[in-house]
Amino acid sequence: MNRTEIEEKVKTFLIEDLEIDEGKIRPEAKLKDDLGIDSLDFVDIVVIIEKIFGFKIKPEEMKGVDTFSKFCDYIESKVS
Amino acid sequence: MGRRVVITGMGIWSCIGTGLDEVKDSLYKGKSGIGREEERLTYGFQSCLTGIVPQPILKGIIDRHLRRGLSEEAEFAFMASRQAFEQAGMDQDYIDANEVGCIFGNDSSAKPVIEAARIMAEKHDTALLGQSFVFQGMNSTVNMNISTIFHLKGINFSVSAACASGSHSIGLAYMFIKDGLQDVILCGGAQETNYYSMASFDAIGAFSKRMDAPAKASRPFDRDRDGLVPSGGAAALVLEEYEHAVARGANIIAEVKGYGFSSNGTSIISQPSDTGCVTAMRRAMESAGVDADSIDYINAHATSTRQGDMFEAMALCKLFKGRHALISSTKGMTGHECWMAGASEIVYSVLMMQHGFVAPNLNFETPDEYSSQLNIARETIDTRVDTVLSNSFGFGGTNSALIITKL
Repeated sequence: MNRTEIEEKVKTFLIEDLEIDEGKIRPEAKLKDDLGIDSLDFVDIVVIIEKIFGFKIKPEEMKGVDTFSKFCDYIESKVS
Repeated sequence: MGRRVVITGMGIWSCIGTGLDEVKDSLYKGKSGIGREEERLTYGFQSCLTGIVPQPILKGIIDRHLRRGLSEEAEFAFMASRQAFEQAGMDQDYIDANEVGCIFGNDSSAKPVIEAARIMAEKHDTALLGQSFVFQGMNSTVNMNISTIFHLKGINFSVSAACASGSHSIGLAYMFIKDGLQDVILCGGAQETNYYSMASFDAIGAFSKRMDAPAKASRPFDRDRDGLVPSGGAAALVLEEYEHAVARGANIIAEVKGYGFSSNGTSIISQPSDTGCVTAMRRAMESAGVDADSIDYINAHATSTRQGDMFEAMALCKLFKGRHALISSTKGMTGHECWMAGASEIVYSVLMMQHGFVAPNLNFETPDEYSSQLNIARETIDTRVDTVLSNSFGFGGTNSALIITKL
């Protein structure tokens, strides 16, 4: 899975499952402040990522992952 | 004498309508809300009959952060509550500036519990459950969601009392206001309709198997009744202290005049009791300061089961034989709305009071030994209804009775 495919898949679930406005989803968008993703959303995101990308997010690996771009970096590091 | 308690708002989401006007018309016309859900047979039910309740579409109405914890019955309750607040003239600004309590009857939330268990059996990892199930699966799911969505700041708890849950919730709200502890409480009852929630009820043979004629299946007090039809939805009422309602210029719909309760004290968990029913009804009438001759209409609990209807008929004979009160069980139309029933049947009764009629006890065609002695309305009767008695009885012998009067 290449980077573009990862970004598309993340964007799709942010729009469809978390109902985030497409216009807000930019590489530098802050997950919490710009996209409105709260701690309970992350509990659901663990389930969604497992379904889409086949791995389970480890909270300790998410430190510093605070933007859309960094989130896609993290996923890329796990699936490549 | 305590403070007076009035109803200033009502809301309903049910199989006979999803708003007060539609439900009033259904009640007047004697329209059945019962249908078949074929998946129940595939799933392993003995009966596929159920009340057909529309699922609300809340996307675009409630923010996703507030929506994610909503169980099916909490969604129904939101729709009913929204109507009740609107009729009471309480917008979000009013609710934010005033203390409003919340007491709902609910006694199960099976679907999220079963779905979570299924995921755990497959994944063996709680991290893969997501966050919604905990807020959807607790019995207090209705209260926790409704209080959060509307920012309620008063009394906040759920009542689990089997099929009397909704009635007790109104009774308790009445007591909190009457005793001066609250001025306004949103109360009611909610009932999930998914088949997961009703499998164990089907297991004990409680449901009618008259699957070839769904509208004929729920037949309270009829000699040929063969069981209840499960149903659900939600009903909500805004209860308010009388002077408080007058001071803010609210439209007062009716008065909650009395609340009675009892427990059967029998040794069989599903065994009804005529003496238990009589105690609850007598206590409600004493609390209201009315006698049997004052009651114009009785909304019976009668669910269309052999035992339950018989014991209620025996109890009603003891108190109302020869009196003028008309009796009907609206469950002939709605099926048994279980945890919601005690609240929805107050909404139904108040609609009859407002519009001057008694709704029919659908499918009461052949009386039995006990029901033949009662003044049961077979068809819609146009008549003045000033005082209503509403009965609700549940497994484990919990009984509740409410008296509602026209102001």
